[in-house]
Amino acid sequence: MPALTVNGKSHSVDVAPDTPLLWALRDVIGLTGTKFGCGVAACGACTVHVDGQPTRSCVTPVQAVAGKKIVTIEAIEQDPVGRRVQAAWRDLDVVQCGYCQSGQIMAATALLTAKPRPSDADLDAAMTGNICRCGTYGRIRAAIKRAAEKTT
Amino acid sequence: MNEQLTASRRKFLQAGGGLLLGFTLPGFGAETPKRNEKPPEAAVGHATRNMTQESSGLAPNAFIRIDRAGEVTLIIHKVEMGQGTFTSLPMLLAEELEVDLAKVKLEQAPADNKRYGDPLLGGQVTGGSTSIRATWKPLRQAGATARTMLVTAAAQQWKVDPSTCVARNGVITHQASGRALNYGDVVDAAAKLPAPKEVALKQPKDFKLIGKPLKRLDSADKVNGRTVFGIDVRLPNMSVASVAISPVPGGKLQSADDKKALAVKGVRQVIKLDHAVAVLADHMGAAKQGLAAAAPTWNDGSNATMTTQSLVAGLRTASDKQGAVARNDGKALDAIARAPRKIEAVYEMPYLAHATMEPMNCTVDLRGGMCELWVGTQVPALAQGIAAKLTGLPLDKVRVHNHYLGGGFGRRLEVDFVGLAVEFAKQARGPVKFIYSREEDIQHDMYRPYYLDRISAGLDEKSNPVAWFHRITGSSIMARFAPAAVQNGIDGDAIEGAKDQPYAIPNVRVEYVRHESPVATAFWRGVGATHNIWVVESFIDELAAAAKQDPLAYRQRLLQNTPRMRTVLDLAAEKAGWSRPLRAMEGKRVGRGISVQFAFGSYMSQVAEVSVGPDGEVRVHRVVCALDCGQVVNPDTVVAQIESGVNFGLTAALWNEITFDKGRVQQNNFTDYRMMRINEAPVIEVHIVKSSDAPGGIGEPGTSAIAPALTNAIFAATGKRLRKLPVTATSLKA
Repeated sequence: MPALTVNGKSHSVDVAPDTPLLWALRDVIGLTGTKFGCGVAACGACTVHVDGQPTRSCVTPVQAVAGKKIVTIEAIEQDPVGRRVQAAWRDLDVVQCGYCQSGQIMAATALLTAKPRPSDADLDAAMTGNICRCGTYGRIRAAIKRAAEKTT
Repeated sequence: MNEQLTASRRKFLQAGGGLLLGFTLPGFGAETPKRNEKPPEAAVGHATRNMTQESSGLAPNAFIRIDRAGEVTLIIHKVEMGQGTFTSLPMLLAEELEVDLAKVKLEQAPADNKRYGDPLLGGQVTGGSTSIRATWKPLRQAGATARTMLVTAAAQQWKVDPSTCVARNGVITHQASGRALNYGDVVDAAAKLPAPKEVALKQPKDFKLIGKPLKRLDSADKVNGRTVFGIDVRLPNMSVASVAISPVPGGKLQSADDKKALAVKGVRQVIKLDHAVAVLADHMGAAKQGLAAAAPTWNDGSNATMTTQSLVAGLRTASDKQGAVARNDGKALDAIARAPRKIEAVYEMPYLAHATMEPMNCTVDLRGGMCELWVGTQVPALAQGIAAKLTGLPLDKVRVHNHYLGGGFGRRLEVDFVGLAVEFAKQARGPVKFIYSREEDIQHDMYRPYYLDRISAGLDEKSNPVAWFHRITGSSIMARFAPAAVQNGIDGDAIEGAKDQPYAIPNVRVEYVRHESPVATAFWRGVGATHNIWVVESFIDELAAAAKQDPLAYRQRLLQNTPRMRTVLDLAAEKAGWSRPLRAMEGKRVGRGISVQFAFGSYMSQVAEVSVGPDGEVRVHRVVCALDCGQVVNPDTVVAQIESGVNFGLTAALWNEITFDKGRVQQNNFTDYRMMRINEAPVIEVHIVKSSDAPGGIGEPGTSAIAPALTNAIFAATGKRLRKLPVTATSLKA
């Protein structure tokens, strides 16, 4: 039975080892902030951090992340960068339906952690994997830049 | 239309302490609620029953509750799918009620078509860009009524004239003495007062909230993962199910291997229907694996040979015949035949999927003579209705728990997936959450119809159009969704933007040919207008080109009698710098295109700037939009909806089409049903014309105006006129 460390807590999950992390998070542990969008790593809605790296949980088997540090949207406010990203999202009213935004925020937080002052090209490279069907891209770009400005 | 909306009946009741105000958004042709019918399992509970036992008048269909702490709850049937109604509706109420916006909570009304029917749509529907249009006046009247009652109650307590008291931020103050009471202090007294017959509404100059760019009330929970969408529901002992539906419309399930499915760890049950199969499991991972192991096979049935080509051939043949006449000014066909010059074209638009980010899903608990549904739907009462029909339960035994929608775009105006979930649930052990995989979501959508349009015009010696003929051929969504709305063969949605094309042309004839196929079709953000505005605005561009005239100037001349249209057209052109040449781009062809429209009650013009690479790859760099949507409630929401609508419309126009082969949808997932990405999104500028006219809709116009601006820009860049969407259907190689 794989043990997962999610948001600082250990969970033993009774699922097959090849079960995608997404379903262990949502259906077994009960953290539903991470979303299902495509199941094939084509939309980014399921993005979580595994040892700090943005990871598509819909194609990541639980056995591959056992013992690693998993962070989901529910705990991103404990991360100073994540907190700034969330604040920028609120300041600019980025969200519409909001369904993709957990993944967007996880991807943006990972970007700003790795590159506190991203160029537009950096931003494109980090965020092209995350689809927003409401088309909030202009505001996502502006919010990432705002969060970057607040980095000291 | 809005002028007819009045809060015709208001009642105040004591609701276990506090004040409850019921008011009516009267319907247009909607069935009048019967006085003695059994009330719904309303969130307002006991008070609702009291109210419906009152002896006269219409039952209220929206409520305001103010508790002893001064907290305000607005209970209304509209849903939030990103369009911002959960912020703008409370703004309308708070403006007149004189409370802080943060004090207003919005609660979903229970499913009940009769009671909560939309005045514009005649049912419990959130769609058609109508939420603000339908509630603009009654919500403010309800707020003013409640405020008047509260002030009167305070004045009576102080034994002063109510006119000497003012209400601000939920506090009533007697100006002369400085005495003050909170709303919560007087709710019980106010509840015993009669309602005023008339209330005066504020003049626009006195608005404190309306017209201000206020922050969305749903942001905080949407940035920390706490918002609960339908797909996030969790119930004790719930199974999660993956479903497979016959890939061919009308096909049947031939086999599914239960044993292999049940051998998968975590799988609990396999349920087979005539045309679908579900695997229920502890979690979705096991359910999907179980479904793969079950390896369903199908009898494809009579539609097994259906292809896009066969479907379009059917439309083409149907379009040769005369259709129902939607508009007939003068003698268009004669005038075209006699005109010195005739231009004609055929335009085609593909089937489109909605591809909401949250795939279709519905959770059902069917036991003990009750059916409970947890879902995100634009039509709670239709969800309730289909569950009642399929289970044989009375409506009051079906409870719909509606949720935030992870995108709607018209897909969640349909309840096919709710019905399927209920059918499965009849055989399920315990509550089940049914989730479509992305592949099922795309392959079992109900699609924006394929349209085939024949259009022609006659030009005089000066190349001015003297006659216009437009025949639209496609399936009718209204005939299925609201059959009573289709009269004399005219589907009002299918012709929106075509019948009322705005150009001053003496002879105009618009026809509609309804042609159905096995492909299920449905509303899709902008629907009729997305199709007709593209055709009309492309064709007027063709006429301008045939006349060798500037497409802006050509339109301006033909729009002299429509000032609001001209205003947005001129404004978009000015802000886009239409008169200045576009900056050249190394190795690329660049162009600018314009469109103008009246749709969903709003006037809009867009200018798109594109570049086309040698390989034919189109990039949209900038979109300038000018609009007049009447009185703006929340300008930031308007801007957000235009940004959203433009990107949604561009995605479809550039890349999207659903195609069929061997009876099956050929697209699977975002890998082959392409979505716009952040690096492909243009800069979008929105310019709003100040207006105090009644509000127009804003959720859809951005989508319908962009496709012609895009393809007209591609024409300007390449000289190629695109008469078929998506853009990728035509080679634009240099």
